[in-house]
Amino acid sequence: MSYASRRAKFNEKFDEIFSSIFGTLAGFVVATGSLMRFAIQSIRSVFTKPFRWDEIISHMEFVGNKSVVIIVLSGSFTGLALAMQIYLGFKLVNMTALVGPTVGLGVLRELGPVLTGLIVSARAGGAMAARLGTMRVTEQIDALEVMGVDPVQYLVSPRIIATVLVMPLLTGIFDFVAMAGCWVICIFLFGIDQASFWDRTTMWLKPYHLYEGLFKAALFGLFFAVICTERGYKTKGGAEGVGNATNEGVVTSMVMIIVLDFFITNLINVFYRFQKYFMS
Amino acid sequence: MSEQDDKPQSEAVPSPPTEEASSARVPEDKNTAGRPKFTGKNAIELKDVKKSFDGKEFVLNGIDLQIPRGQITVIIGYSGTGKSVLLKHILGLVTPTSGSIKVQGQELTEMTEAQRTQLRQGYGMLFQYSALFDDMTALENVMFPLKEHRRGQMKKSEMQEVAKARLKDAGLDPKHFNKLPSEMSGGMRKRVGLARALALDPEILIYDEPTTGLDPVLTEMVDNLIVSTHNARKGSTSVVVSHDLYAAFRIADHVAMLDSGRVLLYGTPEDFLNSEIDLVKRFVAKGVRKELTPKEGEEPLRSTE
Repeated sequence: MSYASRRAKFNEKFDEIFSSIFGTLAGFVVATGSLMRFAIQSIRSVFTKPFRWDEIISHMEFVGNKSVVIIVLSGSFTGLALAMQIYLGFKLVNMTALVGPTVGLGVLRELGPVLTGLIVSARAGGAMAARLGTMRVTEQIDALEVMGVDPVQYLVSPRIIATVLVMPLLTGIFDFVAMAGCWVICIFLFGIDQASFWDRTTMWLKPYHLYEGLFKAALFGLFFAVICTERGYKTKGGAEGVGNATNEGVVTSMVMIIVLDFFITNLINVFYRFQKYFMS
Repeated sequence: MSEQDDKPQSEAVPSPPTEEASSARVPEDKNTAGRPKFTGKNAIELKDVKKSFDGKEFVLNGIDLQIPRGQITVIIGYSGTGKSVLLKHILGLVTPTSGSIKVQGQELTEMTEAQRTQLRQGYGMLFQYSALFDDMTALENVMFPLKEHRRGQMKKSEMQEVAKARLKDAGLDPKHFNKLPSEMSGGMRKRVGLARALALDPEILIYDEPTTGLDPVLTEMVDNLIVSTHNARKGSTSVVVSHDLYAAFRIADHVAMLDSGRVLLYGTPEDFLNSEIDLVKRFVAKGVRKELTPKEGEEPLRSTE
């Protein structure tokens, strides 16, 4: 094979790889842009008349009330398991009194919002994508448009607002039951002194740790509600399209929650540093 | 519930409600919300409407069509000729690449979204599969447009009264008013869909493939329903998009046939039967004559065993 033909083949392969990478990146940028536009449109619709309080309350009931049982179950067992693992480690260095605050910090700042986000996005986010997807393929969304009703304002905005309002409440429940689980296992199984447990826990845990978790939960709620409703709203095709939209919505939401958690945690730490700097 | 359950009801053609009866039941002045009555000749006018989604291929390629007020116009054509896209243009859901669309004398292409939303209140649409909200009962479905657009003008009890009157007009038995769409047969859903389309007292009624997938008895019932509804509402305009030519000829005052994004022929059903255009002749032969015996050289469409 001559140099020229090898060069031509190399160029062709290079072009193929480059256009594939460029195509993927362009697709990602377009999808992100479309999602952002949808999010802005949905949030703007919240402030336009008629205000849909009934819809918001009914979605709060669906996202919140119907998730309480799984949140209580998951939260309590997370607290139990975490306390057990941390106790085994801390026992080696004779610091078992710190099990309470360690579990508390982990749950309030990280596990509470992240696990609540993952659980609720799978349950309610999936249901949102499936519901809107079904409405799209059965022309119910078209019917709304023809009737002169803004489908985004009627279907999407109340779901997003309800999720943002309910997520901190569910996270609060998760935090509470996880700490209760930790308390049960520390006091009744490992025999840690009650006074010592509470003394250390109240010494290390501050209200802003709780607020940080609740803030994260609201943000996760916003993200997964926007992603899932957008997937559902833009469903194409029939039953397969609804299945794909639900699947994409839930998977993207879950990955986004974990990725976003890292960035939000860093941003919050930066905020704390600035706050300390300006306060001192 | 099966389609069969609806047949005894469908056989009895719903009698058109008289004008006096309708106005006695429904507070019309509140329901139309002061919409001015259009008195022009053509309810909808399309001039040289073109539409391309990708900038290359034109789905609509210069549509010229006048839909007269107070009459039933049926738009027919083979699959993929642009019927649904044309319908979306008339509804203002899609903007044309070029051309003019006038609905009741107002230029649709120059309207803002808010103006289009306002205009759509003058439309009623029956979807192919009815598109009923599946979490609402029949009565709630019909009340929905009233709740959205007559909030503050009508009391809930008045809305309920209007919704019940519309359902009765559409021929639905009151015992089915509180049923969910999943508990209703195809024919019943069509009736509820029609009642919902009529809820706001529209001047233009649009039917998208109203008889697709229905058996002959239900098809006849829906056709009769379209005609009786039209006759009961003087001055209203009905636009039916269909590929069921046999049904179309039974109900139409005018028929427009689309082909390749253009109006191939516009006229009365008789004009179609007498047309010398090859495509029209073939369409009419398949749709209306329904010849049971195969022509010379044609294979019969039945088992050869």
